[in-house]
Amino acid sequence: MKRTKNSVRLSMVARERIAGYLFVAPLMLGLLVLTLIPVIGSLLLSFTNWNFVAGMGAMKFAGFDNFVRLVHDSAFVKSLVNNLIFIITVPITMIIALVLAVLIDKHVYMKDAFKVIYFLPYISSIVAVAMVWQVLFHPSLGPVNKTLMSLGIDNPPKWLADIDFALPSLMMIQVWILLGYNIIIYIAGLQSIPKDLYEAAEIDGANAWVKFRSITLPCISPTTFFLLVTGIIGTFKIFDLIQVLTQGGPANSTTVIVYELYDTAFNQLKTGYASSMAMILFLICLLITGAQMLAQKKWVNY
Amino acid sequence: MRISISKAFWTVIMALIGILFILPFVWMLSTSFKSEADVFKFPIEWIPKHWNAIENFRTVWSGQFVRYYWNSIYITIATTVINVFVCALAAYGFSKLRFWGRDAMFVLVLALYMVPPQASLVPQFLLFNWMQLIDTHAGLILLNSFSIIGAFMLKQFFMGVHDEYIESGKMDGAGYFRTFWQIALPLIRPGVATYAILRFIWTWNDYQYPLIFLKSKELFTIQLGIRLFGDQYGDVYSLMMAGAVSAILPLLIIFAIGQKQVIEGISLGGVKG
Repeated sequence: MKRTKNSVRLSMVARERIAGYLFVAPLMLGLLVLTLIPVIGSLLLSFTNWNFVAGMGAMKFAGFDNFVRLVHDSAFVKSLVNNLIFIITVPITMIIALVLAVLIDKHVYMKDAFKVIYFLPYISSIVAVAMVWQVLFHPSLGPVNKTLMSLGIDNPPKWLADIDFALPSLMMIQVWILLGYNIIIYIAGLQSIPKDLYEAAEIDGANAWVKFRSITLPCISPTTFFLLVTGIIGTFKIFDLIQVLTQGGPANSTTVIVYELYDTAFNQLKTGYASSMAMILFLICLLITGAQMLAQKKWVNY
Repeated sequence: MRISISKAFWTVIMALIGILFILPFVWMLSTSFKSEADVFKFPIEWIPKHWNAIENFRTVWSGQFVRYYWNSIYITIATTVINVFVCALAAYGFSKLRFWGRDAMFVLVLALYMVPPQASLVPQFLLFNWMQLIDTHAGLILLNSFSIIGAFMLKQFFMGVHDEYIESGKMDGAGYFRTFWQIALPLIRPGVATYAILRFIWTWNDYQYPLIFLKSKELFTIQLGIRLFGDQYGDVYSLMMAGAVSAILPLLIIFAIGQKQVIEGISLGGVKG
């Protein structure tokens, strides 16, 4: 009697185990084939000199040559610098978003309508949105410059076509796209702050600024941290906007790592060299995540 | 209810900032209704004097545009269905079933989340080239069918389901799949809806994968289509804007229906991509 009970239980455990593997199998297989193996592939290819069109036979081992070349590749260095400059959009977006989130959360009527309005650019297709900005920023005919000229500015910048203004223009569009997302996350953070903290501060006679500085800011520091880290990683992955609007130009002034990678791999067909760029990108994301893990304890006050 | 003056003041201020913020959309819509001659008139005619909407949209919607639209609709729906199903299965396995190596596997999934998608792009292309999946819709659907963020999100929802429900399924003699399909999944329907809507939006807007993995024009999705359209009608801005409006329209409809779910889903843990 006891034995059969045991064997029934054992088979239950075994069955649940098999069921478990079957449930996670599709996702795990997909990730194995589409992420894990390709990343290892990127690593291996980054040490080769190869054009995939030429076939497997043309693959040459190159050691660290690709990485040495990257350091001297002015376009790639430029793309790295541009990516670093792009990071500025993250705190700018966050500060504006925090102010707007506080206002929407506590100080206005029709909260939901505001959330929707600011969220629209984020859900809209980047290609469509980029096309609109392209026309708005048209150097001679666009509404932006027409408005500026009517305000008495005779030589407004050429925006996306201007070597000095193309990158700032893209950064501005990026802030415009991501603001709503940051607002929504901040509002969620603000709503998780216990109300009695504010009540206690009011009894102590704290004004709005003191309450904001000593209650709101510390309490939402996990949200701030989250937005900062994901935001920075996000700027390193930026591609669509650049590809649609400037293709890295004028004169490489707006190129970014992923755009260089795309151009090298799929236009110039330098498979090995592009893979070394992919590895740099991976390394940067890894470093940011590592830094996040280290900094989290120090920065975030719960 | 008393209306607070300061609240009314801030509402007006925010509305003004809000209008400025969505002005590009207003301009896009208004331009798509105009005749080309009026597009760059200054001061801007926000409400067109000469309506040309029907002609503009008719021109846009003749020819290839319908095909791109249809391609996008069915690719997006197929991807969303497969992706949600795959993620729900894995999420259920990771949260409600006990099996050896489960936690280790989940840590691996977490680690893979750190890999930027572009870091695996080149070998993905080579693999698809070898499997002859380049320039096919099947390949494109496959690329977007596996999502770590989806598995995370749905796992959170499944963890809110009490184990008693799962046990009761077992008592009734239901198999593991039936318990998942008929008991657990219906219980997290709002969560599934939230994720499905987000996935729909992300897939509809996907530009990078179609750009790299599709070559033939007749296979293009709407995002590539309006790009091509921009090249074709280069300087006819009223038509370009009519195209852009058409590309955004399904998103606006989905967002209008599922606005609450989208915003809740985004707030949930800050999901992105």
